[in-house]
Amino acid sequence: MTGGEGIPPALWNKATSDFPCTERKDVIPIDVYSRVLPLLLDGFVVTIQLVIFAGFLSFVMSFVGGLARLSRFAPVRWVAGFIIEFFRGTSLLVQLFWLYYALPLLGVTLPTGLVGIVALMLNYGSYGSEIVRSSILAIPKGQTEAAIALNMTPFQRMKSIILPQAFRIMLPSFGNLMIELMKGTALVALITIPDMTYYIKEARNTIGHDTQLFSMLLVAYFIIGIALTMLFRWLERKFSAGRV
Amino acid sequence: MTDTQEKRFTAYDIDGKEPIVKYRKISKSFGDNEVLKEIDFDLYPGERVAIIGPSGSGKTTMARLLMTLETPTAGTIEVDGRHLWHKEVNGKLVPADEKHLHEVRGDIGMVFQHFNLFPHMTIMRNLTEAPVKVLGLPKKEAEERAKEMLEKVGMSEKAKDYPASLSGGQQQRVAIARALVMRPKVMLFDEPTSALDPETVGEVLNVIKDIAKQGDMSMMLITHEMSFAREVADRVCFFDEGKIQEQGPPSEIFTNPETERLREFLKGFNVNGNGESQ
Amino acid sequence: MVWKWDFTFNEVIPRLLEVIEVTINATLGAFAFAVMVGLVLALLRRSDRKWISWPTYGFIEFIRLTPPLVQLFFIFFVFPHLFGLTLSPMVAGILGLGIHYSTYLSEVYRAGIESVPKGQWEAATALNFSPLQKWKSVILPQAIRPILPVMGNYLIVLFKETPLLSAIGLMELVGMAKGIGAETFRYTEPFTIVGILFLILSYSASLLVKRMELKLDLNRR
Ligand SMILES: Nc1ncnc2c1ncn2[C@@H]1O[C@H](COP(=O)(O)OP(=O)(O)OP(=O)(O)O)[C@@H](O)[C@H]1O
Ligand SMILES: [Mg+2]
Repeated sequence: MTGGEGIPPALWNKATSDFPCTERKDVIPIDVYSRVLPLLLDGFVVTIQLVIFAGFLSFVMSFVGGLARLSRFAPVRWVAGFIIEFFRGTSLLVQLFWLYYALPLLGVTLPTGLVGIVALMLNYGSYGSEIVRSSILAIPKGQTEAAIALNMTPFQRMKSIILPQAFRIMLPSFGNLMIELMKGTALVALITIPDMTYYIKEARNTIGHDTQLFSMLLVAYFIIGIALTMLFRWLERKFSAGRV
Repeated sequence: MTDTQEKRFTAYDIDGKEPIVKYRKISKSFGDNEVLKEIDFDLYPGERVAIIGPSGSGKTTMARLLMTLETPTAGTIEVDGRHLWHKEVNGKLVPADEKHLHEVRGDIGMVFQHFNLFPHMTIMRNLTEAPVKVLGLPKKEAEERAKEMLEKVGMSEKAKDYPASLSGGQQQRVAIARALVMRPKVMLFDEPTSALDPETVGEVLNVIKDIAKQGDMSMMLITHEMSFAREVADRVCFFDEGKIQEQGPPSEIFTNPETERLREFLKGFNVNGNGESQ
Repeated sequence: MVWKWDFTFNEVIPRLLEVIEVTINATLGAFAFAVMVGLVLALLRRSDRKWISWPTYGFIEFIRLTPPLVQLFFIFFVFPHLFGLTLSPMVAGILGLGIHYSTYLSEVYRAGIESVPKGQWEAATALNFSPLQKWKSVILPQAIRPILPVMGNYLIVLFKETPLLSAIGLMELVGMAKGIGAETFRYTEPFTIVGILFLILSYSASLLVKRMELKLDLNRR
C-alpha cells in the first residue's frame, strides 16, 4: 500500500520501477480519468469535510489558547503555554500516529475520523493560538486605556475594542494557516481515512497510470487552495470596508 | 492643606465645598525611579486646575493614577468621598479589586494626548459604545446624547465617518465628545493639543474653553499652552521632580512666581502671547 | 497495557538514535536545497520579463497550495515514468521537501530584498558596480541578515515535516518507530519517544533562533 509499510526501501523501488504502471496496455489514459474521477470526488468530499471541521475547531482552539496565554492568572498561562509548545514542537504526523497507533494500546480507541480531526485541531490550533496572541498584543495600549477611561469591564474591552481590531490583523495569518491545514489533511490518508490522497493511492494499485493519478490529485488540491485563498481575500476586504 | 488655606491658592470659590478628589501622600515609582513623591492634592467640584511643569516631572502619571491606568506605590486617592484604590473591609483599607474600581472610576473621564479613538468604529459608534454597554442607556438615548455632544464640538457632519478620515484636531474633538457623553464629574486632559498640527490646536482649545465655561465639571488640564492655562484655569499647579513646587491663581503664578524653578520654567514660554510653547 | 521501561531503554531508544542521523540529513539536505532554489526563485520572480516572472509566480503558488506529501508521491512514483529517473527515498525526500520549502524561502528572500533601502541600490549604481557585483556585494548581504531568524524558523518547520518521508519508505525516526511497532506490537513507547525527541530538538532549536534574533537586534543598534 504505502511506500514504507513493511517493505524494505530497495525492494519497494524495484517494484515500482520494474512494473511501471503506464506500460499496462489494457487501460488507455482517457479511460483512467473516467474511472478515477468518481473516486476522487468521494475523497474530495472527505477532504473538504476535514478542512471545514478541523478548520473550525482549530479556529476555536486558537482563540481559547491565545486568550489563555494572555490570562491574568499565571497557572492558566503556563498550562496553555505548555500545551501550545507541545503541539507545535512535535510533528503533525507523529501526533496522528500516536493517536492512531499508541492511544488504543493505552485503552482509548477513537474512531479514525475523529483521530484525524483531533490531531489537525491540536496542531493547527496551537499555531493559531500564537496568531491570536500576537495580534492582540499588536493592538496599541492606548486602545485599552481609552476603554478603561470609558469604564468598560475587562470583558467588554476585549470583546468590543481589542478583538475586533486584532481580528483584522489575524485574518491574513489565518488564511495562511487554513492553507497549511488543508495541505495537512493529506496526512490522514496515512491512517486510512479515505480522503483524496487515500483513494488515489488505492487507485494506483488497481488502475495504474501514476502520472495521471497524481497530477489529478495535485490539481484537485490546488483548486481547493485557490478557493481558500479567494475566500480569505474576500474576508479581508469585507472586514476592512470603510476603514483605513 | 491647612497652611495653604490662609493664602488664596485658587481663584475658584471653594467656600463650604468639600473636594471631589483628594490625593493623600501619593507616591509612585517605576522601579527605582520615584516619579511622584508624597503628593497631597485636592480638586474641588467645578474647579479647573491647570498642571504645568517640565517634561518628566510626573504630570501624566498624576492623571493616570486617577484614571486607574497606573497603580500608586503608596498613599490614597478619594473620589467623591470613596476610596479609589482601596476599599474598606471591616474598617480596614484593602487594595481595590476590578469591581470596586469599576464603581468609582465612573466619575472620571479622560482625554488623551494621542486621542485613542477606536479605529474600527464610526464616530457615532465611538460615542455610543460606552453609554450603551457601560451605562446601559437605550441605543436611541445614547445616540441623542452623542448627537448633542458632536454638535457641541462641531463634528456633527462626521458622525458616519471612521476616525482615520479625520484630521488630528477633529479626532481630538471627537475624543472630547466621547469622554463627555459619559457625563463624568471630573475630566482629565493630558496635553490634548501637543500631538496636533499647529493649525488645528486652536479649534481644540476653543472646544475645551467652551466646556470649561458652561460646565460645572471639575477639570484637570495638563498643558504646555500657558496662555490657555491662564485663560481657563482657576488654579495653576507647577510640578517639578515629582512634587507640587508652587500653586496659585494664574494671575499670581504667571506674573509673580515665587520659586526660582518656576521663574526658570516660565522663561521658556511667551506667557502673555498666543500660547505657542518654546 | 503498561509502559515497559526495559523495552524503552534497550530497544526503542537505541534503534531510534541509530536513525536520528537520517532525519537530520534529510532536514539539512532539503534545507540547503531550499535555500539555494529559493534564492533563484526570488530572483526569477523579480525579473522584468513577464515570461520569466509570471511562470515563476505560477510555479510558486502551485507548490505552495498543494500538500508536500502528494508532491513527494509525485516525485517518487511519477518521476520514474516521466524522466526515467528512479530516486531513492532520501533523494526524493530532499528534492520534494526542498522544492516545497524553496517557495516559502523565496518569499522570505523577497521581503529581505525589499527591506534594503532604495539609496543602497542607487549608491551601488553610482559606484558603477556590474549587476552581479551589485547583488553580491551590496544587496544580498544586507537583505539576508535581517531574514536569518525567519530562515531559522523555516529550518525548524522543515525538520518537523521530515516524518512525511516515512510515507515513501525512508527509515527516519517515524519510519523506525512504525517498524518497531509492527515487529513488537508495541507502539506506545516508540511513538512517545519519537514525539519527545522532536519536542526536544525543535524546542531547543527555537531557543537558538530566538537568541540569534536578539543578537541581530542588538547589533543593529
Ligand atoms: N510605564 C512607565 N514605566 C517606566 N517609567 C515610566 C512609565 N511612565 C512614566 N515613566 C517615567 O516617569 C517619569 C514621569 O513621567 P510622566 O509621563 O508622568 O511625565 P510628564 O510630566 O507627563 O512629562 P511630559 O511633559 O513629557 O509628558 C518619567 O521619567 C518617565 O520616564
Ligand atoms: Mg505627559
